[in-house]
Amino acid sequence: MKQLTRRSVLAAAPAALSFGLPSLARAAKNYGPGVSDTEIKVGNTCFYSGPASSYGTIGKAEAAYFKMVNDQGGVNGRKINFISYDDAYSPPKTVEMVRKLVEQDGVLLVLNSLGTPTNTAVWHYLNQKKVPQLFVGTGATKWDDPKGHPWTMGWQPSYQAEGRAYAAYILAHKAGGKVGVLYQNDDFGKDYLKGVRDGLGDKAKSMLTVEASYETTDPTVDSQIVDMKAKGIDVFVNTAIPKFAAQAIRKAAEIGWKPLHILSSIGNSVAATLKPAGLENAKDLISDFYLKDPTDPQWKDDQGYKDWVAFMDKYYPAGDKTDIGNVVGPSFAQTFIQVVKQCGDNLTRENVMKEAANLHNFRVPMLLPGIEINTSPTDFAPIKQIQMGRFDGSRWVLFGPLISGAIPS
Amino acid sequence: MTAPLSTAGVARPARAWRLDRRHAAVAAIVVVAALIPLFARGFALFQLSQVMIYGLAILGLNLLTGFNGQFSLGHSAFYAIGAYTAALLIERCGVNYLWTLPAAGGVCFAVGFLFGLPALRLQNLYLALATFALAVAMPQLLKFHGLEGITGGVQGLVVDQPDPPAFLPLDSDQWMYYLTLIVVILLFAAAANLVKSRTGRAIMAIRDNPIAAAAMGINTALYKSLTFGVSALYTGVAGALGAMAVQFVAPDSFTIFLSVSLLVGLVIGGVGSIPGCLFGGLFVLYVPNIANALSTGLAGAIYGVILLVVIFVMPAGAAGFARLALARLGRRRPHPDPLTQEGRSP
Amino acid sequence: MELLIQQIVAGLATGGIYACMALAVVMIYQAIDHLNFAQGEMAMFSTFIAWQLIHMGLPYWVAFALAAAVSFVGGIVIERVLFKPLHNAPILSNLVGFIALFSVLNSSAGYLWNYTIKEFPTPFGHKALFGSTLIDTHEAGMIVVTVALLGLLYVFFRGTRLGLAMRAASANPESARLVGIRVGWMTALGWAMAAAIGAVAGMMIAPVVFLEPNMMLGVLLYGFAGAVLGGLNSPAGAVIGGFLVGIIENLAGTFIPYVGRELKLTLALIVIVAVLMVRPSGLFGRRVVSRV
Repeated sequence: MKQLTRRSVLAAAPAALSFGLPSLARAAKNYGPGVSDTEIKVGNTCFYSGPASSYGTIGKAEAAYFKMVNDQGGVNGRKINFISYDDAYSPPKTVEMVRKLVEQDGVLLVLNSLGTPTNTAVWHYLNQKKVPQLFVGTGATKWDDPKGHPWTMGWQPSYQAEGRAYAAYILAHKAGGKVGVLYQNDDFGKDYLKGVRDGLGDKAKSMLTVEASYETTDPTVDSQIVDMKAKGIDVFVNTAIPKFAAQAIRKAAEIGWKPLHILSSIGNSVAATLKPAGLENAKDLISDFYLKDPTDPQWKDDQGYKDWVAFMDKYYPAGDKTDIGNVVGPSFAQTFIQVVKQCGDNLTRENVMKEAANLHNFRVPMLLPGIEINTSPTDFAPIKQIQMGRFDGSRWVLFGPLISGAIPS
Repeated sequence: MTAPLSTAGVARPARAWRLDRRHAAVAAIVVVAALIPLFARGFALFQLSQVMIYGLAILGLNLLTGFNGQFSLGHSAFYAIGAYTAALLIERCGVNYLWTLPAAGGVCFAVGFLFGLPALRLQNLYLALATFALAVAMPQLLKFHGLEGITGGVQGLVVDQPDPPAFLPLDSDQWMYYLTLIVVILLFAAAANLVKSRTGRAIMAIRDNPIAAAAMGINTALYKSLTFGVSALYTGVAGALGAMAVQFVAPDSFTIFLSVSLLVGLVIGGVGSIPGCLFGGLFVLYVPNIANALSTGLAGAIYGVILLVVIFVMPAGAAGFARLALARLGRRRPHPDPLTQEGRSP
Repeated sequence: MELLIQQIVAGLATGGIYACMALAVVMIYQAIDHLNFAQGEMAMFSTFIAWQLIHMGLPYWVAFALAAAVSFVGGIVIERVLFKPLHNAPILSNLVGFIALFSVLNSSAGYLWNYTIKEFPTPFGHKALFGSTLIDTHEAGMIVVTVALLGLLYVFFRGTRLGLAMRAASANPESARLVGIRVGWMTALGWAMAAAIGAVAGMMIAPVVFLEPNMMLGVLLYGFAGAVLGGLNSPAGAVIGGFLVGIIENLAGTFIPYVGRELKLTLALIVIVAVLMVRPSGLFGRRVVSRV
């Protein structure tokens, strides 16, 4: 046996220390591409031009938030270098830009890219190259697939889950009613429709009477509303984007049609949808929420809201404080920063995915009280909970329990 | 002895194939293009493949609009048909990717020809609207839920990238690049031949003066429809290559904005110029990136301004500009180009 | 049967939007012999200017008149600065000019006023017309305004010297110059009028569809379709064409089973193309005959 001299004890000490204290300085710094002692390169694609450019503000708000974080010293001393490219909602462009981010800019991961077809275009590429496609910025259900696509993770509650929640509400409050759904003729609209249909189960055939679609190039949806009234619809699920949701609300009021009117979370902003439609016309609307609506007066004194306003005033003054996209962007960023914190100095792509799948009861300030982010190696859906609310003419009154939107696999 | 009144019976000398400056320039470009994969990798090759693919699509449009005077805003539809044909054959029928190119070309030729037949009755802006209708209808049809089982609907279809043949030490990006390069060379050469042939002259005669052309005995209806078919074929093959390069097809990839981009590329490259199409492809791919790099909020405005500056400086496109520049350098008055209307006095 | 009538009336209501736009499109076509792809964006931008003026406190009609006036001047500026230099360039180069203008206007509007939808006031109110649920007072007002504009234009072109000069300059620039007409300024005037009419169209349309930078994308499409259906050289035809497009689209969406819902626009365009097969110059257009 070796003599236990002072020298041998001192020599053995670092090894002993590193055994007992795994995450401190002795742990090796493990860097993936795009990482150094002072910076982490993060890639993103968003729509800054083209017909969907209204969503470009999400990318800008996110960039502004990272700037604030960097001004405050970054995360563990590293600044986030947020590189965002425009793909104009065109999948070939997304492929080009994502390849540029990965192969030329050498980013560590791709964060919050927007759009379902755009993200689908690079889904295989990123998984093949083992680059994290983290917190994808759409509610499509397909991103929660840890087995098939271990490098992709969504963030918001899926549209199908929301649709099922509406169906559950309908079955509980107006079973036997005639249901009409207004949906946008693309991926998210069809996902909502599927959720409602699945949620109604075998009652879907008898209850789901009208499935009315619209295109973003349609000037109005007035004729769909008129049609629904004529067919005797008494439950109206309105999953349209703010412009068309507002048109639908106003037209319904104009023609004296008062169904059970359910709005989706995409179109329920007080300032962006309800005010233009007429607040009196929006009374008794039902919707679902996971984020705080910045235009809802009930959050006026909420600390999370006040912090958000302060951030917008200082770092993104040109941003529209009535646009929910400017809440979503920073919330994405905050979730990511938590992942980075949890990684410590082990900033490889594998570890980023591992820590992203290791979020427990994490809150970002603009989530509704009680809603938390939870992930695990078999659960790639960070936000699953939503809460219903009813509009009382001036604000959304939340009611009921938090509904879990987990899709039973 | 008086000169013979006709050349009948007089043997004509075989046309010597001269190696002139133009051929040399083309050969040089081809050699350079073939050597690029030695210096560029992955993403850069992908971009260059895209440039060639757009150039080929623009050539299709050029054949119809530049050489035959038929205005089309609908070429995104042919691009889409080519892309989906290739995608469906590869993904649903397991066909080898090489066969999808002629298949896409064939399908698009048929569709283009059939579309060209009724389009014969329409002039200019009315034809523009009809082709516009085609371009707008395409994404709607692709999203149609009745066809979802085949087309993949709104979600689109992922396409496996062609693997390089085992005996070549290339990666898939390089192979895609070379495949595109070979197809582009072949099709561009064919187009150049077509344009110089009797058929080409007939096509251009129809553009310049349809009534006179008919009076001279050219079957305008047949030629116009055929040109529509050939034009669609070119753009369709480009679409098929595009599907393989991007490895994904979805209705949102083929909107009216694609048609507009092709048109912009056509004009910037030079209407009626075959090499100009490649310049157009370069413009269409890179300038939006440049505009976005300059400003995310005003990217569209900057793109518009760049377009205006380019069109002011080069109203006849890059080809017209090059012709002028070369002529000035050679200190000759620029000849009117027989293949286009450039330089001709009103 | 009742549903048919309902949808026809509803189609007239939306058709009013298209008719308004179609009138602006044909107006500029008559002046410059090109289709102005940026017409919708010009109208949208003018409407934003009006909205801004209203938000700065001006009463509606003052803002209306000012926006129309600014658009009038803007039309002249655009013509003189952008399109006069392209005058001798091939037609397709002009087309690229329109596309560029579209891009600039759309992007600038988004930058200046962001993408949140905005309410735009209407002098007609939004009450149901005569108690009918299908058409409201604003939509009826819009139809009246469109028809009134049409009447004004008719009187201008047929009954005034300036109108005659514009028609001459457009039909035969060479001869018009020979009789002393300033053809260049006639073109500029045509642009100015089209821009002003576009502004009016935008201010009529915005109350229905809500004001935002992309509001005119679809409307322009339908406006073109209506103008082509009616005949590009007939303003009255264009207006009728606009109404017809609204009706066809509504009927296709309601009555054609299975495909009608999702393929409304496609079906409407197919109908138009079919009409063009039979009458290649549109329903009311004149066949243009050119000398060889």
